[in-house]
Amino acid sequence: MRGSLNKSSLIGWQFVLLPSALILLFSFFPMVQSFILSFESGKGNVSEYVGLGNYSRLLSDPMFRQALFNTILYLIVQVPIMLFMGLIIAHLLNSPKLKLRGFYRTAIFLPCVTSLVSYSVLFKSIFAVDGIFNKLLMNLHIINEPIAWLMDPVWARVVIILAITWRWTGYNMIFYLSAMQNIDPSVYEAASIDGASKFRQFFSITIPMVKPIILFTAIISTNGTLQLFDEVVNITNGGPGNATMTISQYIYNLSFVYTPNFGYAATVSYAIVIIVAILAFLQMKIGGEKK
Amino acid sequence: MRKLGAIGKHAFLLIVSAVSLFPFLWMIIGMTNTSSDIVKGKFSFGSEFFNNVNRLFEQANVGTAFLNSLLIAVIGTLLTLLLCSVAGYGFEIYRTKGKDRLFGVLMLSMMMPFAAIMIPLFRLFSQWGLLNSAVAVILPTMTTAFMIFFFMQNTKSFPRELLQAGRVDGLNEWKLFTHIYMPTMKPTYAAAAIITFMSNWNNFLWPLIALRTAEKKTLPLVVSSLASSYNPDYGIIMVAIVITTLPTILIFFLLQKQFVQGMLGSVK
Repeated sequence: MRGSLNKSSLIGWQFVLLPSALILLFSFFPMVQSFILSFESGKGNVSEYVGLGNYSRLLSDPMFRQALFNTILYLIVQVPIMLFMGLIIAHLLNSPKLKLRGFYRTAIFLPCVTSLVSYSVLFKSIFAVDGIFNKLLMNLHIINEPIAWLMDPVWARVVIILAITWRWTGYNMIFYLSAMQNIDPSVYEAASIDGASKFRQFFSITIPMVKPIILFTAIISTNGTLQLFDEVVNITNGGPGNATMTISQYIYNLSFVYTPNFGYAATVSYAIVIIVAILAFLQMKIGGEKK
Repeated sequence: MRKLGAIGKHAFLLIVSAVSLFPFLWMIIGMTNTSSDIVKGKFSFGSEFFNNVNRLFEQANVGTAFLNSLLIAVIGTLLTLLLCSVAGYGFEIYRTKGKDRLFGVLMLSMMMPFAAIMIPLFRLFSQWGLLNSAVAVILPTMTTAFMIFFFMQNTKSFPRELLQAGRVDGLNEWKLFTHIYMPTMKPTYAAAAIITFMSNWNNFLWPLIALRTAEKKTLPLVVSSLASSYNPDYGIIMVAIVITTLPTILIFFLLQKQFVQGMLGSVK
Protein backbone atom coordinates (compact mmCIF):
# COMPACT_ATOMS: atom_id res chain seq x y z
CA MET A 1 0.00 0.00 0.00
CA ARG A 2 2.73 2.41 1.01
CA GLY A 3 4.73 1.56 -2.10
CA SER A 4 1.80 2.28 -4.41
CA LEU A 5 1.14 5.58 -2.63
CA ASN A 6 4.73 6.70 -3.14
CA LYS A 7 4.55 5.67 -6.75
CA SER A 8 1.33 7.56 -7.33
CA SER A 9 2.82 10.59 -5.61
CA LEU A 10 5.81 10.44 -7.96
CA ILE A 11 3.52 10.20 -10.97
CA GLY A 12 1.67 13.23 -9.63
CA TRP A 13 4.91 15.20 -9.71
CA GLN A 14 5.31 14.29 -13.38
CA PHE A 15 2.04 16.09 -14.07
CA VAL A 16 2.85 19.29 -12.22
CA LEU A 17 6.58 19.61 -12.88
CA LEU A 18 6.78 21.22 -16.31
CA PRO A 19 3.95 23.77 -15.85
CA SER A 20 5.33 24.75 -12.44
CA ALA A 21 8.83 25.14 -13.87
CA LEU A 22 7.46 27.40 -16.61
CA ILE A 23 5.76 29.67 -14.07
CA LEU A 24 8.93 29.79 -12.00
CA LEU A 25 10.97 30.66 -15.11
CA PHE A 26 8.64 33.30 -16.56
CA SER A 27 7.26 34.90 -13.37
CA PHE A 28 9.41 34.25 -10.31
CA PHE A 29 12.81 34.39 -11.98
CA PRO A 30 12.03 37.81 -13.60
CA MET A 31 10.70 39.06 -10.24
CA VAL A 32 14.06 38.26 -8.64
CA GLN A 33 15.95 39.77 -11.56
CA SER A 34 13.85 42.91 -11.35
CA PHE A 35 14.75 43.19 -7.69
CA ILE A 36 18.47 42.88 -8.45
CA LEU A 37 18.08 45.34 -11.32
CA SER A 38 16.49 47.87 -8.99
CA PHE A 39 19.92 48.44 -7.41
CA GLU A 40 21.53 49.22 -10.75
CA SER A 41 21.41 52.27 -12.99
CA GLY A 42 22.59 53.15 -16.48
CA LYS A 43 21.58 53.46 -20.09
CA GLY A 44 20.26 50.40 -21.91
CA ASN A 45 22.16 47.23 -21.14
CA VAL A 46 25.16 49.01 -19.62
CA SER A 47 24.47 49.48 -15.95
CA GLU A 48 26.31 49.61 -12.66
CA TYR A 49 25.48 48.96 -9.03
CA VAL A 50 24.15 52.08 -7.32
CA GLY A 51 22.91 50.65 -4.03
CA LEU A 52 19.79 52.40 -2.84
CA GLY A 53 20.34 55.26 -5.29
CA ASN A 54 17.27 54.42 -7.36
CA TYR A 55 15.11 54.20 -4.27
CA SER A 56 16.13 57.64 -3.04
CA ARG A 57 15.58 59.00 -6.56
CA LEU A 58 12.09 57.45 -6.47
CA LEU A 59 11.14 59.37 -3.34
CA SER A 60 11.91 62.72 -4.93
CA ASP A 61 10.71 61.94 -8.46
CA PRO A 62 7.75 64.22 -9.38
CA MET A 63 6.77 62.03 -12.36
CA PHE A 64 6.57 58.98 -10.12
CA ARG A 65 4.48 60.91 -7.61
CA GLN A 66 2.13 62.00 -10.38
CA ALA A 67 1.82 58.44 -11.72
CA LEU A 68 1.25 57.06 -8.23
CA PHE A 69 -1.36 59.72 -7.50
CA ASN A 70 -3.21 58.98 -10.74
CA THR A 71 -3.17 55.22 -10.21
CA ILE A 72 -4.49 55.53 -6.66
CA LEU A 73 -7.09 58.07 -7.80
CA TYR A 74 -8.39 55.63 -10.43
CA LEU A 75 -8.43 52.92 -7.79
CA ILE A 76 -10.38 54.75 -5.09
CA VAL A 77 -12.79 56.54 -7.41
CA GLN A 78 -13.43 54.02 -10.16
CA VAL A 79 -13.47 50.64 -8.40
CA PRO A 80 -16.19 51.49 -5.81
CA ILE A 81 -18.42 53.16 -8.43
CA MET A 82 -18.11 50.20 -10.75
CA LEU A 83 -18.70 47.54 -8.09
CA PHE A 84 -21.73 49.41 -6.73
CA MET A 85 -23.19 49.85 -10.22
CA GLY A 86 -22.60 46.15 -10.90
CA LEU A 87 -24.39 45.22 -7.68
CA ILE A 88 -27.41 47.40 -8.39
CA ILE A 89 -27.78 46.16 -11.95
CA ALA A 90 -27.41 42.54 -10.85
CA HIS A 91 -30.02 43.12 -8.15
CA LEU A 92 -32.48 44.58 -10.67
CA LEU A 93 -31.84 41.74 -13.11
CA ASN A 94 -32.26 39.12 -10.42
CA SER A 95 -36.01 38.78 -10.77
CA PRO A 96 -37.14 36.01 -13.10
CA LYS A 97 -40.34 37.88 -13.98
CA LEU A 98 -38.50 40.95 -15.32
CA LYS A 99 -39.30 41.57 -18.98
CA LEU A 100 -36.37 41.96 -21.40
CA ARG A 101 -34.11 40.42 -18.77
CA GLY A 102 -32.00 38.49 -21.28
CA PHE A 103 -31.60 41.55 -23.49
CA TYR A 104 -30.43 43.76 -20.60
CA ARG A 105 -28.01 41.14 -19.36
CA THR A 106 -26.43 40.57 -22.77
CA ALA A 107 -26.28 44.29 -23.61
CA ILE A 108 -24.63 45.24 -20.33
CA PHE A 109 -22.18 42.36 -20.52
CA LEU A 110 -21.21 42.95 -24.17
CA PRO A 111 -18.49 45.59 -23.48
CA CYS A 112 -16.42 42.76 -21.95
CA VAL A 113 -15.80 41.16 -25.34
CA THR A 114 -14.01 44.21 -26.75
CA SER A 115 -10.25 44.44 -26.69
CA LEU A 116 -8.90 47.09 -24.35
CA VAL A 117 -7.14 48.82 -27.23
CA SER A 118 -10.25 48.91 -29.45
CA TYR A 119 -12.61 50.33 -26.89
CA SER A 120 -10.03 52.87 -25.77
CA VAL A 121 -9.68 54.19 -29.31
CA LEU A 122 -13.48 54.29 -29.62
CA PHE A 123 -13.69 56.39 -26.46
CA LYS A 124 -10.98 58.69 -27.78
CA SER A 125 -13.09 59.38 -30.88
CA ILE A 126 -16.33 59.76 -28.89
CA PHE A 127 -14.73 62.35 -26.59
CA ALA A 128 -13.15 64.46 -29.38
CA VAL A 129 -13.64 68.22 -28.91
CA ASP A 130 -16.22 68.47 -31.73
CA GLY A 131 -17.22 64.87 -31.10
CA ILE A 132 -20.48 63.09 -30.52
CA PHE A 133 -20.47 63.28 -26.73
CA ASN A 134 -20.08 67.07 -26.65
CA LYS A 135 -22.76 67.31 -29.33
CA LEU A 136 -25.12 65.23 -27.23
CA LEU A 137 -24.51 67.30 -24.09
CA MET A 138 -25.02 70.52 -26.04
CA ASN A 139 -28.25 69.27 -27.59
CA LEU A 140 -29.49 68.38 -24.12
CA HIS A 141 -28.42 71.89 -22.99
CA ILE A 142 -26.24 70.45 -20.25
CA ILE A 143 -23.30 72.47 -21.54
CA ASN A 144 -23.09 75.53 -23.81
CA GLU A 145 -19.48 75.25 -24.88
CA PRO A 146 -17.79 72.02 -25.96
CA ILE A 147 -15.51 70.56 -23.27
CA ALA A 148 -11.95 69.73 -24.35
CA TRP A 149 -12.19 66.35 -22.62
CA LEU A 150 -8.79 64.97 -23.49
CA MET A 151 -6.91 68.26 -23.27
CA ASP A 152 -7.96 69.08 -19.73
CA PRO A 153 -6.16 67.31 -16.85
CA VAL A 154 -9.31 66.77 -14.78
CA TRP A 155 -11.71 65.85 -17.59
CA ALA A 156 -9.13 63.53 -19.12
CA ARG A 157 -9.08 61.55 -15.87
CA VAL A 158 -12.88 61.54 -15.88
CA VAL A 159 -12.87 60.04 -19.39
CA ILE A 160 -10.44 57.31 -18.31
CA ILE A 161 -12.67 56.48 -15.34
CA LEU A 162 -15.82 56.46 -17.51
CA ALA A 163 -14.12 54.22 -20.05
CA ILE A 164 -12.98 51.63 -17.51
CA THR A 165 -16.39 51.66 -15.87
CA TRP A 166 -18.04 51.07 -19.25
CA ARG A 167 -15.77 48.12 -19.97
CA TRP A 168 -15.91 46.30 -16.63
CA THR A 169 -19.29 46.95 -14.95
CA GLY A 170 -21.00 44.12 -16.83
CA TYR A 171 -18.15 41.77 -16.01
CA ASN A 172 -18.64 42.29 -12.28
CA MET A 173 -22.41 42.25 -12.68
CA ILE A 174 -22.27 38.66 -14.03
CA PHE A 175 -20.41 37.48 -10.92
CA TYR A 176 -22.97 39.13 -8.63
CA LEU A 177 -25.92 37.86 -10.64
CA SER A 178 -24.74 34.28 -10.41
CA ALA A 179 -24.17 34.65 -6.66
CA MET A 180 -27.61 36.23 -6.16
CA GLN A 181 -29.29 33.41 -8.04
CA ASN A 182 -27.98 31.06 -5.38
CA ILE A 183 -29.81 32.93 -2.61
CA ASP A 184 -32.91 31.04 -1.53
CA PRO A 185 -36.00 33.10 -2.61
CA SER A 186 -37.78 32.14 0.63
CA VAL A 187 -35.37 34.45 2.51
CA TYR A 188 -36.81 37.41 0.60
CA GLU A 189 -40.37 36.14 1.06
CA ALA A 190 -39.87 35.95 4.81
CA ALA A 191 -38.40 39.46 4.82
CA SER A 192 -41.37 40.79 2.81
CA ILE A 193 -43.80 39.24 5.27
CA ASP A 194 -41.88 40.92 8.08
CA GLY A 195 -42.40 44.21 6.24
CA ALA A 196 -38.83 44.87 5.06
CA SER A 197 -38.78 47.23 2.06
CA LYS A 198 -37.00 46.30 -1.18
CA PHE A 199 -34.37 48.88 -0.32
CA ARG A 200 -33.86 47.34 3.09
CA GLN A 201 -33.74 43.83 1.60
CA PHE A 202 -30.96 44.87 -0.79
CA PHE A 203 -28.75 46.12 2.04
CA SER A 204 -29.65 43.55 4.71
CA ILE A 205 -29.97 40.38 2.64
CA THR A 206 -28.44 40.68 -0.82
CA ILE A 207 -25.21 42.47 0.05
CA PRO A 208 -24.29 40.30 3.08
CA MET A 209 -25.09 37.14 1.09
CA VAL A 210 -22.78 38.04 -1.82
CA LYS A 211 -20.03 39.53 0.35
CA PRO A 212 -17.42 36.87 -0.53
CA ILE A 213 -17.97 37.59 -4.23
CA ILE A 214 -17.74 41.33 -3.61
CA LEU A 215 -14.39 40.73 -1.95
CA PHE A 216 -13.28 38.56 -4.87
CA THR A 217 -14.23 41.19 -7.47
CA ALA A 218 -12.67 43.93 -5.33
CA ILE A 219 -9.35 42.05 -5.35
CA ILE A 220 -9.48 41.42 -9.11
CA SER A 221 -10.40 45.05 -9.85
CA THR A 222 -7.74 46.42 -7.53
CA ASN A 223 -5.12 44.26 -9.15
CA GLY A 224 -6.29 45.30 -12.63
CA THR A 225 -6.42 49.00 -11.81
CA LEU A 226 -2.93 49.00 -10.30
CA GLN A 227 -1.69 47.60 -13.61
CA LEU A 228 -3.70 49.98 -15.78
CA PHE A 229 -1.89 50.54 -19.08
CA ASP A 230 -3.82 49.88 -22.32
CA GLU A 231 -6.56 52.47 -21.74
CA VAL A 232 -4.31 55.32 -20.71
CA VAL A 233 -1.85 54.72 -23.54
CA ASN A 234 -4.59 54.58 -26.16
CA ILE A 235 -6.99 57.27 -24.92
CA THR A 236 -4.65 60.04 -23.75
CA ASN A 237 -1.15 58.56 -24.00
CA GLY A 238 -0.70 59.77 -20.43
CA GLY A 239 -1.49 63.39 -21.33
CA PRO A 240 -2.20 66.22 -21.15
CA GLY A 241 1.22 66.74 -19.60
CA ASN A 242 1.39 63.62 -17.47
CA ALA A 243 -2.06 64.16 -15.95
CA THR A 244 -3.38 60.67 -16.67
CA MET A 245 -0.17 58.61 -16.66
CA THR A 246 -0.22 55.42 -14.57
CA ILE A 247 2.67 53.62 -12.90
CA SER A 248 2.68 50.85 -15.53
CA GLN A 249 2.91 53.43 -18.28
CA TYR A 250 5.72 55.24 -16.47
CA ILE A 251 7.65 51.97 -16.21
CA TYR A 252 7.06 51.34 -19.91
CA ASN A 253 8.21 54.86 -20.80
CA LEU A 254 11.32 54.56 -18.64
CA SER A 255 12.24 51.31 -20.39
CA PHE A 256 11.17 51.82 -23.97
CA VAL A 257 10.25 55.46 -24.71
CA TYR A 258 12.75 57.68 -22.88
CA THR A 259 16.45 56.83 -22.89
CA PRO A 260 16.14 53.34 -21.43
CA ASN A 261 17.03 53.04 -17.78
CA PHE A 262 16.03 49.48 -16.90
CA GLY A 263 17.41 49.75 -13.37
CA TYR A 264 15.28 52.70 -12.37
CA ALA A 265 12.25 51.24 -14.19
CA ALA A 266 12.65 48.08 -12.11
CA THR A 267 12.73 50.19 -8.95
CA VAL A 268 9.45 51.87 -9.94
CA SER A 269 7.96 48.46 -10.65
CA TYR A 270 8.77 47.36 -7.12
CA ALA A 271 6.64 50.24 -5.90
CA ILE A 272 3.63 48.47 -7.44
CA VAL A 273 4.76 45.17 -5.95
CA ILE A 274 4.82 46.75 -2.50
CA ILE A 275 1.38 48.35 -2.97
CA VAL A 276 -0.09 45.06 -4.23
CA ALA A 277 1.40 43.23 -1.25
CA ILE A 278 0.03 45.75 1.25
CA LEU A 279 -3.43 45.78 -0.31
CA ALA A 280 -3.53 41.98 -0.58
CA PHE A 281 -2.62 41.76 3.10
CA LEU A 282 -5.32 44.29 4.06
CA GLN A 283 -7.98 42.66 1.90
CA MET A 284 -7.20 39.22 3.26
CA LYS A 285 -7.37 40.58 6.81
CA ILE A 286 -10.71 42.24 6.17
CA GLY A 287 -12.03 39.18 4.33
CA GLY A 288 -10.67 36.86 7.02
CA GLU A 289 -12.30 38.75 9.90
CA LYS A 290 -15.72 38.63 8.29
CA LYS A 291 -15.60 34.86 7.97
CA MET B 1 -46.52 53.12 -6.81
CA ARG B 2 -45.54 49.63 -7.78
CA LYS B 3 -46.02 50.44 -11.44
CA LEU B 4 -43.92 53.58 -11.09
CA GLY B 5 -41.15 51.49 -9.59
CA ALA B 6 -41.26 49.08 -12.52
CA ILE B 7 -41.09 51.96 -15.01
CA GLY B 8 -38.12 53.47 -13.18
CA LYS B 9 -36.38 50.11 -13.17
CA HIS B 10 -36.84 49.65 -16.90
CA ALA B 11 -35.84 53.25 -17.63
CA PHE B 12 -32.61 52.75 -15.68
CA LEU B 13 -31.80 49.42 -17.32
CA LEU B 14 -32.63 50.78 -20.77
CA ILE B 15 -30.26 53.72 -20.29
CA VAL B 16 -27.47 51.47 -19.03
CA SER B 17 -28.05 49.09 -21.97
CA ALA B 18 -28.02 51.97 -24.45
CA VAL B 19 -24.76 53.30 -23.00
CA SER B 20 -23.29 49.79 -23.17
CA LEU B 21 -24.31 49.27 -26.78
CA PHE B 22 -23.59 52.77 -28.07
CA PRO B 23 -19.84 52.31 -28.82
CA PHE B 24 -20.69 49.20 -30.88
CA LEU B 25 -23.12 51.19 -32.98
CA TRP B 26 -20.59 54.02 -33.12
CA MET B 27 -17.89 51.81 -34.63
CA ILE B 28 -20.27 50.36 -37.22
CA ILE B 29 -21.49 53.79 -38.28
CA GLY B 30 -17.93 55.09 -38.13
CA MET B 31 -16.80 52.51 -40.70
CA THR B 32 -18.96 54.27 -43.29
CA ASN B 33 -17.82 57.83 -42.60
CA THR B 34 -14.75 59.97 -43.22
CA SER B 35 -12.38 60.70 -40.38
CA SER B 36 -13.40 64.35 -40.17
CA ASP B 37 -17.09 63.38 -39.99
CA ILE B 38 -16.31 60.97 -37.15
CA VAL B 39 -14.51 63.52 -35.00
CA LYS B 40 -17.34 65.97 -35.72
CA GLY B 41 -19.74 63.44 -34.23
CA LYS B 42 -21.73 62.52 -37.35
CA PHE B 43 -24.16 59.83 -36.23
CA SER B 44 -25.60 58.53 -39.47
CA PHE B 45 -24.41 56.10 -42.10
CA GLY B 46 -22.19 57.53 -44.84
CA SER B 47 -20.88 56.15 -48.11
CA GLU B 48 -17.18 55.82 -47.29
CA PHE B 49 -17.18 52.15 -46.29
CA PHE B 50 -15.35 50.68 -49.33
CA ASN B 51 -13.04 53.64 -49.46
CA ASN B 52 -12.10 53.13 -45.79
CA VAL B 53 -11.57 49.40 -46.27
CA ASN B 54 -9.33 49.94 -49.29
CA ARG B 55 -7.26 52.60 -47.60
CA LEU B 56 -6.88 50.50 -44.45
CA PHE B 57 -5.49 47.60 -46.46
CA GLU B 58 -3.15 50.01 -48.30
CA GLN B 59 -1.85 51.65 -45.14
CA ALA B 60 -1.54 48.73 -42.77
CA ASN B 61 -0.87 45.06 -43.25
CA VAL B 62 -4.17 44.03 -41.72
CA GLY B 63 -4.27 40.59 -43.35
CA THR B 64 -0.89 39.68 -41.90
CA ALA B 65 -1.82 41.18 -38.53
CA PHE B 66 -5.02 39.11 -38.49
CA LEU B 67 -3.04 35.93 -39.21
CA ASN B 68 -0.42 36.85 -36.58
CA SER B 69 -3.15 37.41 -34.00
CA LEU B 70 -4.88 34.18 -34.95
CA LEU B 71 -1.67 32.13 -34.83
CA ILE B 72 -0.68 33.50 -31.43
CA ALA B 73 -4.17 33.17 -29.97
CA VAL B 74 -4.81 29.61 -31.26
CA ILE B 75 -1.40 28.08 -30.52
CA GLY B 76 -1.21 29.92 -27.21
CA THR B 77 -4.64 28.65 -26.22
CA LEU B 78 -3.87 25.04 -27.13
CA LEU B 79 -0.65 25.10 -25.12
CA THR B 80 -2.40 26.75 -22.17
CA LEU B 81 -5.15 24.12 -22.17
CA LEU B 82 -2.63 21.29 -22.29
CA LEU B 83 -0.16 22.58 -19.70
CA CYS B 84 -2.68 23.98 -17.23
CA SER B 85 -5.08 21.05 -17.37
CA VAL B 86 -2.21 18.61 -16.80
CA ALA B 87 -1.07 20.64 -13.81
CA GLY B 88 -4.56 21.23 -12.41
CA TYR B 89 -5.26 17.50 -12.69
CA GLY B 90 -1.95 16.63 -11.06
CA PHE B 91 -2.41 19.04 -8.16
CA GLU B 92 -5.95 17.83 -7.45
CA ILE B 93 -5.86 14.07 -8.15
CA TYR B 94 -2.43 13.33 -6.68
CA ARG B 95 -2.81 15.73 -3.81
CA THR B 96 0.07 15.74 -1.29
CA LYS B 97 1.33 18.28 1.21
CA GLY B 98 4.37 19.05 -0.94
CA LYS B 99 2.27 19.72 -4.02
CA ASP B 100 -0.18 21.85 -2.06
CA ARG B 101 2.72 23.95 -0.89
CA LEU B 102 4.10 24.31 -4.40
CA PHE B 103 0.66 25.30 -5.64
CA GLY B 104 0.43 27.94 -2.92
CA VAL B 105 3.73 29.39 -4.12
CA LEU B 106 2.58 29.37 -7.75
CA MET B 107 -0.56 31.27 -6.77
CA LEU B 108 1.68 34.16 -5.68
CA SER B 109 2.46 34.77 -9.35
CA MET B 110 -1.13 35.97 -9.78
CA MET B 111 -0.31 38.94 -7.58
CA MET B 112 2.83 39.86 -9.55
CA PRO B 113 2.23 42.96 -11.63
CA PHE B 114 3.25 42.37 -15.23
CA ALA B 115 5.08 45.69 -15.26
CA ALA B 116 7.45 44.29 -12.64
CA ILE B 117 8.51 41.31 -14.75
CA MET B 118 8.41 42.74 -18.27
CA ILE B 119 11.92 44.22 -18.28
CA PRO B 120 13.72 41.00 -17.27
CA LEU B 121 11.46 39.08 -19.68
CA PHE B 122 12.39 41.48 -22.47
CA ARG B 123 16.10 41.03 -21.69
CA LEU B 124 15.71 37.25 -21.43
CA PHE B 125 14.09 36.98 -24.84
CA SER B 126 16.56 39.36 -26.39
CA GLN B 127 19.38 37.17 -25.01
CA TRP B 128 17.73 34.09 -26.46
CA GLY B 129 17.39 35.92 -29.79
CA LEU B 130 13.66 35.26 -29.77
CA LEU B 131 12.36 38.83 -29.72
CA ASN B 132 10.04 39.79 -32.56
CA SER B 133 8.56 36.32 -32.90
CA ALA B 134 5.28 34.65 -32.01
CA VAL B 135 7.28 32.34 -29.72
CA ALA B 136 8.27 35.34 -27.57
CA VAL B 137 4.62 36.32 -27.18
CA ILE B 138 3.37 32.80 -26.43
CA LEU B 139 6.03 31.37 -24.08
CA PRO B 140 5.61 33.66 -21.05
CA THR B 141 1.82 33.81 -21.26
CA MET B 142 0.94 30.15 -21.84
CA THR B 143 1.20 28.84 -18.26
CA THR B 144 -0.76 30.79 -15.70
CA ALA B 145 -1.50 30.02 -12.08
CA PHE B 146 -5.02 31.25 -12.73
CA MET B 147 -5.72 28.59 -15.37
CA ILE B 148 -4.16 25.85 -13.24
CA PHE B 149 -6.43 26.98 -10.42
CA PHE B 150 -9.37 26.96 -12.83
CA PHE B 151 -8.74 23.34 -13.85
CA MET B 152 -8.08 22.33 -10.27
CA GLN B 153 -11.42 23.77 -9.14
CA ASN B 154 -13.28 22.00 -11.94
CA THR B 155 -11.44 18.72 -11.29
CA LYS B 156 -13.01 18.67 -7.81
CA SER B 157 -16.30 17.64 -9.43
CA PHE B 158 -14.68 15.05 -11.72
CA PRO B 159 -15.98 11.54 -10.83
CA ARG B 160 -12.90 9.68 -9.59
CA GLU B 161 -14.56 6.27 -9.89
CA LEU B 162 -13.87 6.61 -13.62
CA LEU B 163 -10.15 6.57 -12.86
CA GLN B 164 -10.46 3.43 -10.73
CA ALA B 165 -12.40 1.75 -13.53
CA GLY B 166 -9.70 2.76 -15.98
CA ARG B 167 -6.96 1.39 -13.73
CA VAL B 168 -8.83 -1.94 -13.56
CA ASP B 169 -8.87 -1.90 -17.37
CA GLY B 170 -5.07 -1.58 -17.25
CA LEU B 171 -4.62 2.02 -18.38
CA ASN B 172 -1.47 3.73 -17.05
CA GLU B 173 -1.72 7.09 -15.25
CA TRP B 174 -1.05 9.26 -18.33
CA LYS B 175 -3.55 7.26 -20.39
CA LEU B 176 -6.13 7.83 -17.65
CA PHE B 177 -5.59 11.54 -18.21
CA THR B 178 -5.77 11.49 -22.00
CA HIS B 179 -8.43 8.78 -22.42
CA ILE B 180 -10.75 9.41 -19.48
CA TYR B 181 -10.18 12.84 -17.95
CA MET B 182 -9.87 14.87 -21.15
CA PRO B 183 -13.03 13.56 -22.87
CA THR B 184 -15.07 13.82 -19.66
CA MET B 185 -13.99 17.40 -19.04
CA LYS B 186 -14.85 18.74 -22.50
CA PRO B 187 -17.12 21.53 -21.14
CA THR B 188 -14.34 22.71 -18.82
CA TYR B 189 -11.88 22.74 -21.72
CA ALA B 190 -14.37 24.70 -23.84
CA ALA B 191 -14.86 27.33 -21.15
CA ALA B 192 -11.12 27.61 -20.52
CA ALA B 193 -10.44 27.83 -24.27
CA ILE B 194 -12.80 30.75 -24.70
CA ILE B 195 -11.41 32.92 -21.92
CA THR B 196 -7.81 32.10 -22.84
CA PHE B 197 -8.40 32.82 -26.52
CA MET B 198 -9.98 36.16 -25.64
CA SER B 199 -7.14 37.27 -23.44
CA ASN B 200 -4.54 36.16 -26.01
CA TRP B 201 -6.41 37.84 -28.85
CA ASN B 202 -6.71 41.10 -26.93
CA ASN B 203 -3.28 41.14 -25.28
CA PHE B 204 -1.46 44.42 -25.75
CA LEU B 205 1.43 45.26 -23.41
CA TRP B 206 3.67 42.22 -23.86
CA PRO B 207 3.21 41.98 -27.66
CA LEU B 208 3.93 45.72 -27.81
CA ILE B 209 7.29 45.07 -26.17
CA ALA B 210 8.11 41.74 -27.78
CA LEU B 211 7.11 42.44 -31.39
CA ARG B 212 9.24 45.12 -32.98
CA THR B 213 8.56 45.11 -36.74
CA ALA B 214 5.39 45.84 -38.72
CA GLU B 215 5.06 42.41 -40.31
CA LYS B 216 4.98 40.70 -36.90
CA LYS B 217 2.37 42.94 -35.31
CA THR B 218 -0.96 41.72 -34.00
CA LEU B 219 -4.30 43.48 -34.55
CA PRO B 220 -4.39 45.46 -31.27
CA LEU B 221 -0.89 46.78 -32.06
CA VAL B 222 -2.05 47.87 -35.53
CA VAL B 223 -5.13 49.62 -34.13
CA SER B 224 -3.04 51.32 -31.47
CA SER B 225 -0.38 52.54 -33.88
CA LEU B 226 -2.98 53.82 -36.38
CA ALA B 227 -4.72 55.72 -33.57
CA SER B 228 -1.56 57.18 -32.08
CA SER B 229 -0.40 58.90 -35.26
CA TYR B 230 -0.40 62.70 -35.21
CA ASN B 231 -3.48 62.94 -37.38
CA PRO B 232 -5.35 59.65 -36.96
CA ASP B 233 -7.64 58.56 -39.80
CA TYR B 234 -10.66 57.37 -37.83
CA GLY B 235 -12.45 56.02 -40.90
CA ILE B 236 -9.87 53.30 -41.40
CA ILE B 237 -9.37 52.88 -37.65
CA MET B 238 -13.07 51.99 -37.25
CA VAL B 239 -12.71 49.28 -39.90
CA ALA B 240 -9.65 47.92 -38.07
CA ILE B 241 -11.54 47.97 -34.77
CA VAL B 242 -14.46 46.06 -36.27
CA ILE B 243 -12.07 43.46 -37.71
CA THR B 244 -10.46 43.12 -34.27
CA THR B 245 -13.75 42.90 -32.39
CA LEU B 246 -15.80 40.71 -34.73
CA PRO B 247 -14.18 37.35 -33.86
CA THR B 248 -14.64 37.83 -30.13
CA ILE B 249 -18.25 38.97 -30.56
CA LEU B 250 -18.95 35.92 -32.71
CA ILE B 251 -17.42 33.60 -30.12
CA PHE B 252 -19.48 35.27 -27.42
CA PHE B 253 -22.80 34.89 -29.23
CA LEU B 254 -22.13 31.35 -30.44
CA LEU B 255 -20.83 30.06 -27.12
CA GLN B 256 -22.47 32.35 -24.58
CA LYS B 257 -23.09 29.61 -22.05
CA GLN B 258 -19.52 28.30 -21.99
CA PHE B 259 -18.25 31.86 -22.01
CA VAL B 260 -20.04 32.80 -18.81
CA GLN B 261 -19.23 29.40 -17.30
CA GLY B 262 -15.55 30.01 -17.99
CA MET B 263 -15.69 33.37 -16.30
CA LEU B 264 -17.51 32.11 -13.25
CA GLY B 265 -15.78 28.72 -13.11
CA SER B 266 -13.01 29.91 -10.84
CA VAL B 267 -15.19 31.20 -8.02
CA LYS B 268 -17.26 28.07 -7.44
